[in-house]
Amino acid sequence: MSGRVGALLRGVLALGFGLGLWHIVVWASGVPPFILPGPMRVAESLWANAPMLAQNARFTLFNLVTGLAAGITLGVATALNLALSPSARLLVRPMLIFAQAVPVFALAPVITLWLGYGAPSKIVIVMLVIYFPVASAFFDGLMRLPAPLADMAQLMRATPIRRLIWVQVPHALPSLASGLRLAVVYAPFAVIIGEWVGSSRGLGYLMLMANGRGQTDLMFAALLVLAALSLTLFFVFEAVTQRLARP
Amino acid sequence: MSAAPGVHLQGDLWLGDAPLMRNLDLDLPAGGWSCLLGPSGVGKSTLGRLVAGLPGPFGLHGACVASDGAPLQGRVAMMAQDGQLLPWASVLHNVTIGARLRGQVPDGARARALLAELGLDALAHRRPATLSGGQRQRVALARTLIEDCPVVVLDEPFSALDAATRLAMQDLAARMLTGRTVVLITHDPLEAVRLADRAWLLSPDGADALDLPDTHAPRSYSAPATLAMQAQLLARLHGMHPA
Repeated sequence: MSGRVGALLRGVLALGFGLGLWHIVVWASGVPPFILPGPMRVAESLWANAPMLAQNARFTLFNLVTGLAAGITLGVATALNLALSPSARLLVRPMLIFAQAVPVFALAPVITLWLGYGAPSKIVIVMLVIYFPVASAFFDGLMRLPAPLADMAQLMRATPIRRLIWVQVPHALPSLASGLRLAVVYAPFAVIIGEWVGSSRGLGYLMLMANGRGQTDLMFAALLVLAALSLTLFFVFEAVTQRLARP
Repeated sequence: MSAAPGVHLQGDLWLGDAPLMRNLDLDLPAGGWSCLLGPSGVGKSTLGRLVAGLPGPFGLHGACVASDGAPLQGRVAMMAQDGQLLPWASVLHNVTIGARLRGQVPDGARARALLAELGLDALAHRRPATLSGGQRQRVALARTLIEDCPVVVLDEPFSALDAATRLAMQDLAARMLTGRTVVLITHDPLEAVRLADRAWLLSPDGADALDLPDTHAPRSYSAPATLAMQAQLLARLHGMHPA
Protein backbone atom coordinates (compact mmCIF):
# COMPACT_ATOMS: atom_id res chain seq x y z
CA MET A 1 0.00 0.00 0.00
CA SER A 2 2.84 2.37 0.92
CA GLY A 3 4.32 1.69 -2.55
CA ARG A 4 1.11 2.87 -4.17
CA VAL A 5 1.00 6.03 -2.03
CA GLY A 6 4.64 6.67 -2.93
CA ALA A 7 3.89 6.26 -6.64
CA LEU A 8 0.96 8.67 -6.33
CA LEU A 9 3.14 11.18 -4.52
CA ARG A 10 5.83 10.94 -7.20
CA GLY A 11 3.13 11.43 -9.87
CA VAL A 12 1.81 14.56 -8.16
CA LEU A 13 5.35 15.87 -7.79
CA ALA A 14 6.13 15.28 -11.47
CA LEU A 15 2.87 16.98 -12.48
CA GLY A 16 3.66 19.98 -10.27
CA PHE A 17 7.14 20.17 -11.74
CA GLY A 18 5.76 20.07 -15.30
CA LEU A 19 3.19 22.80 -14.58
CA GLY A 20 5.85 24.93 -12.89
CA LEU A 21 8.20 24.59 -15.86
CA TRP A 22 5.36 25.47 -18.25
CA HIS A 23 4.52 28.56 -16.21
CA ILE A 24 8.15 29.69 -16.09
CA VAL A 25 8.67 29.21 -19.84
CA VAL A 26 5.57 31.28 -20.65
CA TRP A 27 6.47 33.98 -18.10
CA ALA A 28 10.18 34.23 -19.02
CA SER A 29 9.79 34.11 -22.82
CA GLY A 30 6.85 36.52 -22.96
CA VAL A 31 5.07 34.36 -25.60
CA PRO A 32 1.66 35.84 -26.35
CA PRO A 33 -1.25 33.77 -24.95
CA PHE A 34 -2.68 32.93 -28.40
CA ILE A 35 0.56 31.04 -29.14
CA LEU A 36 1.08 29.39 -25.75
CA PRO A 37 -1.22 30.21 -22.85
CA GLY A 38 0.11 29.64 -19.33
CA PRO A 39 -1.30 26.97 -17.03
CA MET A 40 -3.41 29.51 -15.11
CA ARG A 41 -5.15 30.69 -18.29
CA VAL A 42 -5.83 27.12 -19.34
CA ALA A 43 -7.21 26.33 -15.89
CA GLU A 44 -9.49 29.36 -16.14
CA SER A 45 -10.74 28.23 -19.54
CA LEU A 46 -11.22 24.71 -18.21
CA TRP A 47 -13.40 26.10 -15.40
CA ALA A 48 -15.34 28.57 -17.58
CA ASN A 49 -16.06 26.04 -20.34
CA ALA A 50 -16.60 23.03 -18.09
CA PRO A 51 -20.19 22.21 -19.26
CA MET A 52 -19.23 22.43 -22.94
CA LEU A 53 -16.05 20.39 -22.40
CA ALA A 54 -17.98 17.74 -20.47
CA GLN A 55 -20.62 17.46 -23.18
CA ASN A 56 -18.03 16.99 -25.93
CA ALA A 57 -15.92 14.67 -23.78
CA ARG A 58 -18.96 12.43 -23.28
CA PHE A 59 -19.37 12.10 -27.04
CA THR A 60 -15.69 11.31 -27.55
CA LEU A 61 -15.55 8.87 -24.62
CA PHE A 62 -18.63 7.03 -25.81
CA ASN A 63 -17.15 6.56 -29.30
CA LEU A 64 -13.79 5.57 -27.83
CA VAL A 65 -15.19 2.91 -25.49
CA THR A 66 -17.72 1.57 -27.98
CA GLY A 67 -15.08 1.36 -30.71
CA LEU A 68 -12.65 -0.37 -28.33
CA ALA A 69 -15.27 -2.89 -27.24
CA ALA A 70 -16.27 -3.62 -30.85
CA GLY A 71 -12.66 -3.87 -32.06
CA ILE A 72 -11.58 -6.15 -29.21
CA THR A 73 -14.62 -8.41 -29.62
CA LEU A 74 -14.08 -8.68 -33.34
CA GLY A 75 -10.32 -9.19 -32.97
CA VAL A 76 -10.69 -11.93 -30.35
CA ALA A 77 -13.40 -13.68 -32.38
CA THR A 78 -11.24 -13.56 -35.52
CA ALA A 79 -8.22 -15.01 -33.71
CA LEU A 80 -10.26 -17.85 -32.19
CA ASN A 81 -11.80 -18.71 -35.54
CA LEU A 82 -8.46 -18.67 -37.33
CA ALA A 83 -6.93 -20.88 -34.63
CA LEU A 84 -9.72 -23.44 -35.03
CA SER A 85 -10.03 -23.55 -38.79
CA PRO A 86 -7.11 -24.26 -41.13
CA SER A 87 -9.18 -23.25 -44.17
CA ALA A 88 -10.03 -19.91 -42.56
CA ARG A 89 -6.30 -19.45 -41.92
CA LEU A 90 -5.56 -20.09 -45.58
CA LEU A 91 -8.13 -17.50 -46.72
CA VAL A 92 -8.08 -14.82 -44.05
CA ARG A 93 -4.48 -14.80 -42.80
CA PRO A 94 -2.96 -13.18 -45.95
CA MET A 95 -5.73 -10.58 -45.85
CA LEU A 96 -4.94 -9.85 -42.22
CA ILE A 97 -1.26 -9.36 -43.01
CA PHE A 98 -2.05 -7.17 -46.00
CA ALA A 99 -4.55 -5.09 -44.05
CA GLN A 100 -1.91 -4.44 -41.40
CA ALA A 101 0.24 -2.78 -44.04
CA VAL A 102 -2.57 -0.31 -44.86
CA PRO A 103 -2.52 2.66 -42.48
CA VAL A 104 -6.11 2.50 -41.31
CA PHE A 105 -5.95 6.20 -40.38
CA ALA A 106 -5.77 6.94 -44.09
CA LEU A 107 -9.21 5.38 -44.51
CA ALA A 108 -10.80 7.90 -42.14
CA PRO A 109 -12.03 10.26 -44.92
CA VAL A 110 -13.64 7.38 -46.81
CA ILE A 111 -15.31 6.04 -43.70
CA THR A 112 -16.62 9.51 -42.87
CA LEU A 113 -17.93 9.80 -46.43
CA TRP A 114 -19.79 6.51 -46.07
CA LEU A 115 -21.04 6.80 -42.51
CA GLY A 116 -21.48 10.53 -42.05
CA TYR A 117 -20.40 13.04 -39.41
CA GLY A 118 -22.02 11.32 -36.44
CA ALA A 119 -20.83 8.71 -33.96
CA PRO A 120 -20.84 5.61 -36.25
CA SER A 121 -17.90 6.78 -38.38
CA LYS A 122 -15.75 7.42 -35.25
CA ILE A 123 -16.68 4.08 -33.73
CA VAL A 124 -15.80 2.24 -36.95
CA ILE A 125 -12.46 4.04 -37.28
CA VAL A 126 -11.49 3.12 -33.69
CA MET A 127 -12.69 -0.43 -34.26
CA LEU A 128 -10.66 -0.88 -37.44
CA VAL A 129 -7.52 0.67 -36.00
CA ILE A 130 -7.42 -1.64 -32.98
CA TYR A 131 -8.89 -4.72 -34.65
CA PHE A 132 -5.65 -5.78 -36.37
CA PRO A 133 -3.22 -5.52 -33.46
CA VAL A 134 -5.64 -7.37 -31.17
CA ALA A 135 -6.45 -10.10 -33.73
CA SER A 136 -2.85 -10.71 -34.77
CA ALA A 137 -1.32 -10.60 -31.28
CA PHE A 138 -3.89 -13.04 -29.91
CA PHE A 139 -3.71 -15.30 -32.96
CA ASP A 140 0.10 -15.50 -32.75
CA GLY A 141 -0.18 -16.46 -29.07
CA LEU A 142 -2.76 -19.15 -29.87
CA MET A 143 -0.58 -20.70 -32.57
CA ARG A 144 2.69 -20.55 -30.63
CA LEU A 145 1.78 -23.40 -28.29
CA PRO A 146 5.00 -24.99 -26.95
CA ALA A 147 5.60 -28.45 -28.42
CA PRO A 148 5.41 -30.30 -25.06
CA LEU A 149 1.91 -28.91 -24.40
CA ALA A 150 0.82 -29.77 -27.94
CA ASP A 151 2.13 -33.33 -27.41
CA MET A 152 0.25 -33.59 -24.14
CA ALA A 153 -3.01 -32.43 -25.71
CA GLN A 154 -2.62 -34.94 -28.53
CA LEU A 155 -1.85 -37.88 -26.22
CA MET A 156 -4.86 -36.98 -24.09
CA ARG A 157 -7.01 -37.09 -27.24
CA ALA A 158 -8.16 -33.49 -26.86
CA THR A 159 -10.91 -32.30 -29.20
CA PRO A 160 -9.90 -29.14 -31.14
CA ILE A 161 -12.35 -26.90 -29.32
CA ARG A 162 -11.35 -28.15 -25.85
CA ARG A 163 -7.69 -27.89 -26.71
CA LEU A 164 -8.40 -24.27 -27.64
CA ILE A 165 -10.30 -23.53 -24.42
CA TRP A 166 -8.10 -25.32 -21.89
CA VAL A 167 -4.62 -25.01 -23.39
CA GLN A 168 -4.30 -22.52 -26.24
CA VAL A 169 -6.36 -19.64 -24.81
CA PRO A 170 -4.77 -19.63 -21.34
CA HIS A 171 -1.34 -19.85 -22.96
CA ALA A 172 -2.18 -16.93 -25.30
CA LEU A 173 -3.56 -14.54 -22.66
CA PRO A 174 -0.24 -12.68 -22.22
CA SER A 175 -0.15 -12.16 -26.02
CA LEU A 176 -3.72 -10.87 -25.94
CA ALA A 177 -2.65 -8.51 -23.15
CA SER A 178 0.08 -6.98 -25.33
CA GLY A 179 -2.46 -6.56 -28.13
CA LEU A 180 -4.80 -4.78 -25.72
CA ARG A 181 -2.00 -2.47 -24.55
CA LEU A 182 -1.44 -1.42 -28.17
CA ALA A 183 -5.19 -0.98 -28.65
CA VAL A 184 -5.55 1.41 -25.74
CA VAL A 185 -2.65 3.51 -27.05
CA TYR A 186 -4.02 3.67 -30.63
CA ALA A 187 -7.69 4.21 -29.79
CA PRO A 188 -7.49 7.89 -28.67
CA PHE A 189 -5.51 8.75 -31.84
CA ALA A 190 -8.16 7.07 -33.92
CA VAL A 191 -11.12 8.80 -32.32
CA ILE A 192 -9.52 12.26 -32.60
CA ILE A 193 -8.55 11.75 -36.23
CA GLY A 194 -12.12 10.63 -36.90
CA GLU A 195 -13.37 13.89 -35.43
CA TRP A 196 -10.82 15.97 -37.30
CA VAL A 197 -11.86 14.50 -40.62
CA GLY A 198 -15.46 15.46 -40.05
CA SER A 199 -17.55 16.02 -36.96
CA SER A 200 -19.76 18.54 -35.28
CA ARG A 201 -19.11 17.30 -31.74
CA GLY A 202 -16.38 15.85 -29.56
CA LEU A 203 -13.06 16.97 -28.12
CA GLY A 204 -11.26 16.71 -31.46
CA TYR A 205 -13.89 18.91 -33.07
CA LEU A 206 -13.64 21.37 -30.16
CA MET A 207 -9.85 21.60 -30.57
CA LEU A 208 -10.13 22.37 -34.29
CA MET A 209 -12.82 24.97 -33.66
CA ALA A 210 -10.93 26.65 -30.82
CA ASN A 211 -7.77 26.68 -32.90
CA GLY A 212 -9.58 28.33 -35.80
CA ARG A 213 -10.93 31.07 -33.53
CA GLY A 214 -7.64 31.73 -31.83
CA GLN A 215 -8.93 30.35 -28.51
CA THR A 216 -5.67 28.57 -27.75
CA ASP A 217 -6.50 28.29 -24.05
CA LEU A 218 -9.69 26.35 -24.89
CA MET A 219 -7.72 24.11 -27.24
CA PHE A 220 -5.30 23.29 -24.45
CA ALA A 221 -8.19 22.72 -22.05
CA ALA A 222 -9.72 20.20 -24.48
CA LEU A 223 -6.32 18.57 -24.88
CA LEU A 224 -6.01 18.19 -21.09
CA VAL A 225 -9.43 16.57 -20.85
CA LEU A 226 -8.49 14.20 -23.66
CA ALA A 227 -5.24 13.33 -21.91
CA ALA A 228 -7.16 12.65 -18.70
CA LEU A 229 -9.57 10.33 -20.56
CA SER A 230 -6.72 8.46 -22.26
CA LEU A 231 -4.84 8.07 -19.00
CA THR A 232 -7.90 6.76 -17.15
CA LEU A 233 -8.51 4.26 -19.93
CA PHE A 234 -4.85 3.29 -19.89
CA PHE A 235 -4.88 2.55 -16.15
CA VAL A 236 -8.09 0.53 -16.39
CA PHE A 237 -6.54 -1.55 -19.19
CA GLU A 238 -3.28 -1.86 -17.32
CA ALA A 239 -5.13 -3.43 -14.38
CA VAL A 240 -6.92 -5.85 -16.71
CA THR A 241 -3.85 -6.82 -18.75
CA GLN A 242 -1.76 -7.40 -15.67
CA ARG A 243 -4.30 -9.98 -14.57
CA LEU A 244 -4.21 -11.59 -18.02
CA ALA A 245 -0.43 -11.60 -18.24
CA ARG A 246 0.03 -13.34 -14.90
CA PRO A 247 1.42 -16.82 -15.63
CA MET B 1 -7.13 -50.16 -17.38
CA SER B 2 -7.10 -52.92 -19.96
CA ALA B 3 -4.34 -55.57 -19.79
CA ALA B 4 -1.01 -54.07 -20.78
CA PRO B 5 0.20 -55.30 -24.18
CA GLY B 6 3.82 -55.84 -25.16
CA VAL B 7 5.22 -53.75 -27.97
CA HIS B 8 7.33 -55.01 -30.85
CA LEU B 9 9.41 -52.48 -32.72
CA GLN B 10 11.43 -53.58 -35.71
CA GLY B 11 13.06 -51.92 -38.71
CA ASP B 12 15.21 -48.89 -39.59
CA LEU B 13 14.57 -45.48 -38.06
CA TRP B 14 15.00 -42.50 -40.39
CA LEU B 15 15.21 -38.83 -39.60
CA GLY B 16 14.28 -36.96 -42.80
CA ASP B 17 16.32 -38.81 -45.45
CA ALA B 18 19.17 -39.79 -43.15
CA PRO B 19 19.23 -43.10 -41.30
CA LEU B 20 19.18 -42.62 -37.53
CA MET B 21 19.25 -46.21 -36.28
CA ARG B 22 19.42 -49.42 -38.26
CA ASN B 23 18.30 -52.99 -37.66
CA LEU B 24 16.13 -52.34 -34.66
CA ASP B 25 14.42 -55.37 -33.18
CA LEU B 26 13.00 -54.49 -29.79
CA ASP B 27 10.64 -56.76 -27.94
CA LEU B 28 9.21 -54.68 -25.10
CA PRO B 29 7.69 -57.08 -22.53
CA ALA B 30 4.01 -56.73 -21.56
CA GLY B 31 3.62 -55.20 -18.12
CA GLY B 32 7.38 -54.75 -17.70
CA TRP B 33 9.96 -51.96 -17.81
CA SER B 34 12.02 -51.59 -20.97
CA CYS B 35 14.93 -49.17 -20.85
CA LEU B 36 16.40 -47.48 -23.89
CA LEU B 37 19.82 -46.25 -22.83
CA GLY B 38 22.04 -44.17 -25.05
CA PRO B 39 24.03 -40.98 -25.48
CA SER B 40 22.37 -37.70 -26.42
CA GLY B 41 21.40 -37.36 -30.07
CA VAL B 42 21.26 -41.07 -30.82
CA GLY B 43 17.48 -40.99 -31.31
CA LYS B 44 16.14 -42.23 -27.95
CA SER B 45 13.44 -39.57 -27.73
CA THR B 46 12.49 -40.18 -31.35
CA LEU B 47 11.81 -43.82 -30.47
CA GLY B 48 9.69 -42.64 -27.55
CA ARG B 49 7.65 -40.37 -29.84
CA LEU B 50 7.28 -43.24 -32.28
CA VAL B 51 5.81 -45.55 -29.63
CA ALA B 52 3.55 -42.72 -28.37
CA GLY B 53 2.36 -41.97 -31.91
CA LEU B 54 3.46 -38.34 -31.77
CA PRO B 55 4.29 -36.40 -34.95
CA GLY B 56 7.81 -35.53 -36.04
CA PRO B 57 10.18 -35.47 -39.02
CA PHE B 58 11.00 -39.16 -38.58
CA GLY B 59 9.86 -42.41 -40.09
CA LEU B 60 10.15 -46.11 -39.33
CA HIS B 61 10.81 -48.47 -42.21
CA GLY B 62 9.39 -51.44 -40.38
CA ALA B 63 6.68 -51.84 -37.81
CA CYS B 64 5.74 -50.80 -34.30
CA VAL B 65 2.85 -52.94 -33.08
CA ALA B 66 1.18 -54.01 -29.85
CA SER B 67 1.28 -57.72 -29.00
CA ASP B 68 -2.51 -57.89 -28.70
CA GLY B 69 -2.96 -56.71 -32.30
CA ALA B 70 -4.98 -53.60 -31.35
CA PRO B 71 -3.65 -50.16 -32.34
CA LEU B 72 -1.41 -48.41 -29.79
CA GLN B 73 -3.04 -45.07 -30.44
CA GLY B 74 -5.05 -43.83 -27.47
CA ARG B 75 -3.39 -46.30 -25.10
CA VAL B 76 -0.11 -44.48 -24.48
CA ALA B 77 0.61 -41.87 -21.81
CA MET B 78 3.85 -39.93 -21.69
CA MET B 79 5.87 -38.19 -19.05
CA ALA B 80 8.85 -36.07 -20.04
CA GLN B 81 11.67 -34.19 -18.38
CA ASP B 82 9.88 -30.84 -18.33
CA GLY B 83 6.72 -32.43 -16.96
CA GLN B 84 4.57 -30.61 -19.53
CA LEU B 85 2.53 -29.06 -16.73
CA LEU B 86 0.24 -26.11 -17.44
CA PRO B 87 1.97 -23.18 -15.71
CA TRP B 88 -1.27 -21.22 -15.22
CA ALA B 89 -3.22 -24.06 -13.60
CA SER B 90 -3.25 -25.48 -10.08
CA VAL B 91 -1.84 -28.92 -9.28
CA LEU B 92 -5.36 -30.38 -9.08
CA HIS B 93 -6.38 -28.80 -12.38
CA ASN B 94 -3.19 -30.10 -13.99
CA VAL B 95 -3.88 -33.64 -12.83
CA THR B 96 -7.45 -33.58 -14.20
CA ILE B 97 -6.72 -31.80 -17.49
CA GLY B 98 -7.02 -34.99 -19.57
CA ALA B 99 -10.69 -35.45 -18.69
CA ARG B 100 -11.37 -31.79 -19.42
CA LEU B 101 -9.67 -32.06 -22.82
CA ARG B 102 -11.81 -35.07 -23.74
CA GLY B 103 -15.03 -33.44 -22.51
CA GLN B 104 -15.43 -35.85 -19.59
CA VAL B 105 -16.28 -34.88 -16.04
CA PRO B 106 -13.00 -34.75 -14.07
CA ASP B 107 -12.85 -37.36 -11.31
CA GLY B 108 -11.90 -35.03 -8.45
CA ALA B 109 -12.08 -37.77 -5.81
CA ARG B 110 -9.64 -40.02 -7.67
CA ALA B 111 -7.34 -37.06 -8.35
CA ARG B 112 -7.26 -36.18 -4.65
CA ALA B 113 -6.65 -39.81 -3.69
CA LEU B 114 -3.73 -40.00 -6.12
CA LEU B 115 -2.29 -36.71 -4.89
CA ALA B 116 -2.53 -38.00 -1.32
CA GLU B 117 -0.80 -41.24 -2.30
CA LEU B 118 2.03 -39.25 -3.88
CA GLY B 119 2.30 -36.95 -0.85
CA LEU B 120 0.96 -33.94 -2.72
CA ASP B 121 -2.36 -33.38 -0.96
CA ALA B 122 -1.19 -30.18 0.72
CA LEU B 123 -0.13 -28.74 -2.64
CA ALA B 124 -3.39 -29.29 -4.57
CA HIS B 125 -4.01 -25.59 -5.10
CA ARG B 126 -0.45 -24.46 -5.80
CA ARG B 127 0.87 -23.49 -9.24
CA PRO B 128 3.72 -25.56 -10.78
CA ALA B 129 6.15 -22.63 -10.57
CA THR B 130 5.92 -22.67 -6.77
CA LEU B 131 6.88 -26.37 -6.53
CA SER B 132 10.28 -28.05 -6.40
CA GLY B 133 11.51 -30.14 -9.34
CA GLY B 134 10.68 -33.38 -7.53
CA GLN B 135 7.21 -32.17 -6.60
CA ARG B 136 6.54 -31.16 -10.22
CA GLN B 137 7.54 -34.62 -11.44
CA ARG B 138 5.24 -36.19 -8.86
CA VAL B 139 2.39 -34.06 -10.24
CA ALA B 140 3.30 -35.23 -13.74
CA LEU B 141 3.32 -38.82 -12.47
CA ALA B 142 -0.13 -38.33 -10.90
CA ARG B 143 -1.41 -37.00 -14.22
CA THR B 144 0.11 -39.94 -16.09
CA LEU B 145 -1.50 -42.38 -13.63
CA ILE B 146 -4.97 -40.83 -13.79
CA GLU B 147 -4.92 -41.23 -17.57
CA ASP B 148 -4.84 -44.96 -16.85
CA CYS B 149 -3.09 -45.98 -20.07
CA PRO B 150 -1.63 -49.51 -20.29
CA VAL B 151 1.51 -48.22 -22.03
CA VAL B 152 3.61 -45.40 -20.53
CA VAL B 153 6.58 -43.69 -22.17
CA LEU B 154 8.95 -42.00 -19.72
CA ASP B 155 11.29 -39.66 -21.63
CA GLU B 156 14.14 -38.82 -19.24
CA PRO B 157 11.59 -37.90 -16.59
CA PHE B 158 14.06 -37.64 -13.72
CA SER B 159 17.17 -36.23 -15.38
CA ALA B 160 16.69 -32.68 -14.06
CA LEU B 161 16.42 -33.85 -10.44
CA ASP B 162 19.17 -33.97 -7.83
CA ALA B 163 20.62 -37.43 -7.13
CA ALA B 164 18.67 -38.22 -3.95
CA THR B 165 15.33 -36.99 -5.33
CA ARG B 166 15.99 -38.96 -8.49
CA LEU B 167 16.45 -42.23 -6.57
CA ALA B 168 13.26 -41.57 -4.58
CA MET B 169 11.31 -40.79 -7.77
CA GLN B 170 12.62 -43.97 -9.41
CA ASP B 171 11.31 -46.09 -6.51
CA LEU B 172 7.99 -44.25 -6.52
CA ALA B 173 7.54 -44.63 -10.28
CA ALA B 174 8.47 -48.32 -10.14
CA ARG B 175 5.84 -48.89 -7.44
CA MET B 176 3.09 -46.78 -9.01
CA LEU B 177 3.50 -48.03 -12.59
CA THR B 178 3.53 -51.74 -11.70
CA GLY B 179 1.64 -53.80 -14.27
CA ARG B 180 1.98 -51.29 -17.07
CA THR B 181 4.22 -51.61 -20.09
CA VAL B 182 6.78 -48.90 -19.47
CA VAL B 183 9.32 -47.55 -21.95
CA LEU B 184 11.99 -45.64 -20.03
CA ILE B 185 14.27 -43.44 -22.11
CA THR B 186 17.38 -42.41 -20.23
CA HIS B 187 21.04 -41.51 -20.55
CA ASP B 188 21.71 -42.54 -16.95
CA PRO B 189 23.18 -46.08 -16.72
CA LEU B 190 22.29 -46.40 -13.03
CA GLU B 191 18.66 -45.55 -13.78
CA ALA B 192 18.54 -48.18 -16.52
CA VAL B 193 20.14 -50.87 -14.37
CA ARG B 194 17.90 -50.11 -11.39
CA LEU B 195 14.57 -50.09 -13.19
CA ALA B 196 14.81 -52.27 -16.29
CA ASP B 197 13.30 -55.68 -16.83
CA ARG B 198 14.86 -55.51 -20.27
CA ALA B 199 17.30 -52.91 -21.57
CA TRP B 200 19.09 -51.91 -24.74
CA LEU B 201 22.09 -49.72 -25.39
CA LEU B 202 21.33 -47.62 -28.48
CA SER B 203 23.87 -46.56 -31.07
CA PRO B 204 23.57 -45.64 -34.78
CA ASP B 205 24.26 -49.28 -35.65
CA GLY B 206 21.21 -50.43 -33.74
CA ALA B 207 20.16 -51.59 -30.32
CA ASP B 208 22.33 -53.90 -28.28
CA ALA B 209 20.40 -55.95 -25.69
CA LEU B 210 21.97 -55.76 -22.24
CA ASP B 211 22.58 -58.62 -19.86
CA LEU B 212 20.97 -57.34 -16.64
CA PRO B 213 21.61 -58.70 -13.13
CA ASP B 214 19.16 -61.52 -12.38
CA THR B 215 17.50 -59.72 -9.47
CA HIS B 216 14.11 -58.00 -9.52
CA ALA B 217 13.71 -54.31 -10.40
CA PRO B 218 13.87 -51.81 -8.79
CA ARG B 219 17.38 -52.89 -7.86
CA SER B 220 19.36 -51.44 -5.02
CA TYR B 221 21.77 -48.73 -6.12
CA SER B 222 24.39 -50.15 -3.75
CA ALA B 223 24.24 -53.82 -4.77
CA PRO B 224 27.61 -54.94 -6.23
CA ALA B 225 25.95 -56.34 -9.38
CA THR B 226 24.19 -52.99 -10.03
CA LEU B 227 27.37 -51.03 -9.52
CA ALA B 228 29.45 -53.33 -11.68
CA MET B 229 26.93 -53.10 -14.50
CA GLN B 230 26.77 -49.31 -14.13
CA ALA B 231 30.57 -49.10 -14.42
CA GLN B 232 30.56 -51.32 -17.48
CA LEU B 233 27.84 -49.23 -19.17
CA LEU B 234 29.61 -45.99 -18.32
CA ALA B 235 32.73 -47.35 -20.01
CA ARG B 236 30.76 -48.22 -23.14
CA LEU B 237 29.04 -44.82 -23.25
CA HIS B 238 32.38 -43.14 -22.69
CA GLY B 239 33.79 -45.10 -25.62
CA MET B 240 31.04 -43.73 -27.90
CA HIS B 241 31.97 -40.16 -27.01
CA PRO B 242 35.74 -39.88 -26.66
CA ALA B 243 36.55 -36.43 -25.26
